[in-house]
Amino acid sequence: MTIAVNGTIVSLPDDPRVSLLDLLREHLHLPGTKKGCNQGACGACTVLADGERILSCLALAVQYEGRAITTVEGLATDEGLHPLQAAFIEHDGFQCGYCTPGQICSAIGMADELRRGVPSHVTRDLAAPVIALTHDELRERMSGNLCRCGAHNGIVEAIAETFAELVP
Amino acid sequence: MSPFRYARAADVSDAVRQAQAAGSRFLGGGTNLVDLMRETVERPTALVDVTGMPADIGESADGGLVIGAAARNTAVAEHPLIRTRYPMLSRAIVAGASAQIRNMATVGGNLLQRTRCAYFYDNGGSRCNKRQPGEGCDAIDGFNRYHAILGASPSCVAVHPSDMCVALAALDAAVNVESVHGARSLPFAELHRLPGDLPQIDTCLEPGELITALVLPPLPIARHSTYRKVRDRSSYAFALISVAAALDVQDGIITDVRLALGGVAHKPWRAHEAEALIRGKPPEPAVFLAAADAELSAAQPLPGNRFKIELARRTIAAVLSELAGEQA
Amino acid sequence: MSIAKDAKQAAQGAMQGMMAKAVALAPDSWVPGGKPDPLIQHRHGHVGQPVSRIDGPLKVTGNARFAAEFSFEGMVYGALSYATIARGRVTALDTAEAEAAPGVVAVMTHLNAPRLNPPPVFMSAAKAAGGDDLPVMQDDRVHWNGQPIAVVLAETQEQADHAASLVRATYAQEPPITSFAQAMAQGTAPGLFMGQPLHNASGDAEAALAAAEVRIDRTYRTPRHNHNAIELHAATVAWDGDTLRIHDASQLVAHTAWSIARMFGIEENQVVVTSPFVGGGFGGKCLWQHQIIAAAAAKLAGRPVRLVLSREGVYRLVGGRSLTEQRVALGANREGQLAALIHTGTTAKTRHNVLPEPFIMPTRSAYAAENLLLDVQTVELDMLANTFMRAPGESVGTFALESAMDELAEALGMDPIELRLRNEPEKDPLSGLPFSSRHLSESWRAGAERFGWHLRSPRPAAHRDGEWLVGMGCATGTYPYYRMPGGAARITLTDEGRAAVDIAAHEMGMGTATAQTQVAAERLGLPLDAVAFNYGDSTLPGVVLAGGSQQTASIGASVIAAHRALVRELLRIAGNDSPLAGLGPDEVAGRDGGLCKHDAPDRQESYASILRRAGQKSLTVEARPPDPLETMHWSMHSHAAMFCEVRVNAVTGEPRISRFLGSFDCGRILNPKTAASQFRGGIIMGMGLALMEETQFDERSGRVMNPSLSEYHVPVHMDVPEIDVIWNDIADPHTPMGARGIGEIGITGTAAAIANAVYNATGKRVRDLPITLDKLL
Repeated sequence: MTIAVNGTIVSLPDDPRVSLLDLLREHLHLPGTKKGCNQGACGACTVLADGERILSCLALAVQYEGRAITTVEGLATDEGLHPLQAAFIEHDGFQCGYCTPGQICSAIGMADELRRGVPSHVTRDLAAPVIALTHDELRERMSGNLCRCGAHNGIVEAIAETFAELVP
Repeated sequence: MSPFRYARAADVSDAVRQAQAAGSRFLGGGTNLVDLMRETVERPTALVDVTGMPADIGESADGGLVIGAAARNTAVAEHPLIRTRYPMLSRAIVAGASAQIRNMATVGGNLLQRTRCAYFYDNGGSRCNKRQPGEGCDAIDGFNRYHAILGASPSCVAVHPSDMCVALAALDAAVNVESVHGARSLPFAELHRLPGDLPQIDTCLEPGELITALVLPPLPIARHSTYRKVRDRSSYAFALISVAAALDVQDGIITDVRLALGGVAHKPWRAHEAEALIRGKPPEPAVFLAAADAELSAAQPLPGNRFKIELARRTIAAVLSELAGEQA
Repeated sequence: MSIAKDAKQAAQGAMQGMMAKAVALAPDSWVPGGKPDPLIQHRHGHVGQPVSRIDGPLKVTGNARFAAEFSFEGMVYGALSYATIARGRVTALDTAEAEAAPGVVAVMTHLNAPRLNPPPVFMSAAKAAGGDDLPVMQDDRVHWNGQPIAVVLAETQEQADHAASLVRATYAQEPPITSFAQAMAQGTAPGLFMGQPLHNASGDAEAALAAAEVRIDRTYRTPRHNHNAIELHAATVAWDGDTLRIHDASQLVAHTAWSIARMFGIEENQVVVTSPFVGGGFGGKCLWQHQIIAAAAAKLAGRPVRLVLSREGVYRLVGGRSLTEQRVALGANREGQLAALIHTGTTAKTRHNVLPEPFIMPTRSAYAAENLLLDVQTVELDMLANTFMRAPGESVGTFALESAMDELAEALGMDPIELRLRNEPEKDPLSGLPFSSRHLSESWRAGAERFGWHLRSPRPAAHRDGEWLVGMGCATGTYPYYRMPGGAARITLTDEGRAAVDIAAHEMGMGTATAQTQVAAERLGLPLDAVAFNYGDSTLPGVVLAGGSQQTASIGASVIAAHRALVRELLRIAGNDSPLAGLGPDEVAGRDGGLCKHDAPDRQESYASILRRAGQKSLTVEARPPDPLETMHWSMHSHAAMFCEVRVNAVTGEPRISRFLGSFDCGRILNPKTAASQFRGGIIMGMGLALMEETQFDERSGRVMNPSLSEYHVPVHMDVPEIDVIWNDIADPHTPMGARGIGEIGITGTAAAIANAVYNATGKRVRDLPITLDKLL
């Protein structure tokens, strides 16, 4: 029973109660993924499972056997920060920094969903083959990630700049 | 969270066989069950992971669609045939929860969501007949802004929280289920129940029955359908009121209509009475309001949710007027 | 609150009163800030640059370590059980099943907890940090519904959580007082804040009101709120002999160390509290029971402990903002000049804390009304102690005051900005003190122009866009300048020309570490990367609360003092061979990695040269600033003009904010990038306050019923439009750096601006927060 985390294969815990979030934070010592509510209500624990954004607090680790998980620790490369990470710094897309890893992972997953044409609550034309990342689309799609410091404007700017090819 | 055994089901027959063990529960995306287990509201001793069951979405022989119960909510919402033939279903799904949760949650799990009533969640601190039958209900005289105005009972005023289910109620969907005793199909309208004296029972499923698929009938009217959700913040909040509706207008007369309400009852509320009053009438606001009034005439609001009657009435009329306008 | 303590507070209050009079009359030059900080003149250096956060790379890569992310060898995990009654006694606690559960190391209850002194309640002593003064797991008393009654320690968090659910308690209940209305009916008591009564009167306000040509007399209500920082409260603790090490999420590390030492009967320096990063505070990350329980349980079990509160646990253990019922009555002549301003009302607290939500604070210096009556009454409920939450007093007080001003403007048929400008005071209306710096009128004019205020229809419900009713509103925001006593800082300079500034301050996202690095670098004349700003550690100098928007001033004054001592020492060791020979500290400034004469920059010597010639590798000085007498000499406040455009759905009543502008008068801005974020953050919390936030306290049981981020709504991305913020950048000549704190002012005025915009959009005046759609149907 194994799982890949940021490209490293690791064993799954014996206790099936261990969430993917606690596996990362307590067992693998990757505390970049944050626990903000443990209720599926804040998005701070967002990670990518095979590229798709999920909430690691509501995920039992054993359910993700064989899957590839990417956390905030897995985004930067030897060449430097992921462009979105750099944009968050430039646009001051955080204050305390606690929701930040979740916001960043969520935005990366969101961009893929948009490229795939997944509609959102504010998508006017469900039949449209391409959906542009308007200000409303961006805000709606990121609404699963709470920020209490109020860095919303900077977060939105950083994402729009990084995924400029999706912005109309 | 209480200790439990975890096993992944290989296929449907394996899943239903495993589920025979006492205290076992099926586990989908976990977005509701894991939360409730952490709150100690649910204490299964075994979880049968059914996320590996069929998740395909395909056309059926009659021109409808069959959706494997393990399909993720996002997969349903983004499917081209759902978007074009049943837009209300796409819209209902993307109105619910957050993108992360929709990526995790399965269709089967969404159907079996439990209420968000705060007193239901507060194990040990509050009384709830749904959690502990016979204990009493602290919601009736407590915070009940989100609670039922239709079909409630003195023992329970909780509402069903799903958005997707409201659309399914309007679409005359059916649910395929299977257990060790065999397979059957039941109309969606018969899946969920009103609380009555047994609020601890949410659905009409038999013990050990697994939802294997959702069946959407061919329904041309559904091409002209939508879903509107009214809530306290712009996103990521449960509905105060929601409306799923489809409308067909020919030569200035409404030939057919589908209407269902969310946030009003223990189950997704199909507004049959209103539908009957709308069919054959011209698509005018007065017709819609009169139909809404008829449907809501049985409403029994609580002190905290009296506004829902007016809100539902207005939202129904606005949604139907919008659909009528698109066909004018 | 005991009678003895009340008497002590009253005596302190009287003393402060006499002192205040003397300081008010003293010459400017005797008072801190009497001579402007020379840094105010530095217009083209590090200060004022939009420097990106220096901790940014750590935060965006997940490498910033928070309290729950430090580990100790042999550490166990804690989980709490909570009382389910509001008042009474625990008559039996069955922990056998929990103790027998797999992995459990210990179960601590009042029966076996180490004996502790009660927490010193905040403001009872200089370094007191307790949210209340209730004993922690020392007896069988239950004081609120949700009080911790047991903590389970286990090898894993899963084991601890499960075992905690197996603890069974039996209670002897006593009738609690949990209803605000019932408590009010039984009588109220005057509110005291920092030893002073929350009461001011000048003239005869009631008579002036009765005689006024135009009157407004309204009641406004605000509910309970929770801070809801996204980081859960956590403490990772270990004992090393009699020394306690705490990794905390804290906005008061030095206070916490002192207070916990008192509780355990050990020396202050035996408790080391560090908190390098705090995942949001807003007044909530102070000393509550979890740090104490973790430390006591670690002692009991002989193992290090990590105790992370669940989100429910945060609601059960950490107090929030209390509810208020406020009357605002305004009497004016037809020209809009206020003759009477009455702002009174009631809030709830407990018997065990000292913070009545001081909602009259913003009214004290707001308007030039001849007759004023301000008063806060309190009732005491059996509930978790309430506490500071972002702009205590001003946040909810401005909602009432500034809504009433809007109502008066409407009654007068006058533009609400014009009404405010006509009542702009020349000096502090109550104290008579001059303002240190007040340019609110300019902020109003600049904001009105930029926002397009002239497009607003004075008639409500006049503008409709499809289903949406559109309206504009405005309000004044205000927050005082504070600087609390106890600051101190240490500066170390090396012969390589590098400097370290050490102070027990905090970084909770305000940008403190970045802005203070800029300030220190500018003061020293060093590049940014030659300066290290060290904070978040109780062993560093200073007692600095990150609260009351005072940390910037406190650090600023401390660093000024330490810098002055450093310069004096540098000049001394520079000796007679230096180009600086013969110069005094007031004649030199830091520039180009050394000191130079102010008006003759070529008389310069580098730090490296001075130190090397003196044969010193480094030089360390530490100093304390003078007590903050400036606030008794000037009336010192920040101000803001807030503008809002809302859209209210005519069908559903849903209110959504479409535009917002804050125009700020907050002194000099040290870092425009982080400052803009602070302003926006406050405004966004104000949007939550206005439209959605409420801690649902069930008055039957005294229990919080929405202890969850899904049921307690805070604004999501979709609720937040692009928020425009502008400021005048006028330095306050009497504060360090010319700056005033900016952490809280954004939340002030915001709720009223929104409520006023809702009125303009719909014609519906909502005086009861939050403004939910049912109130607009």
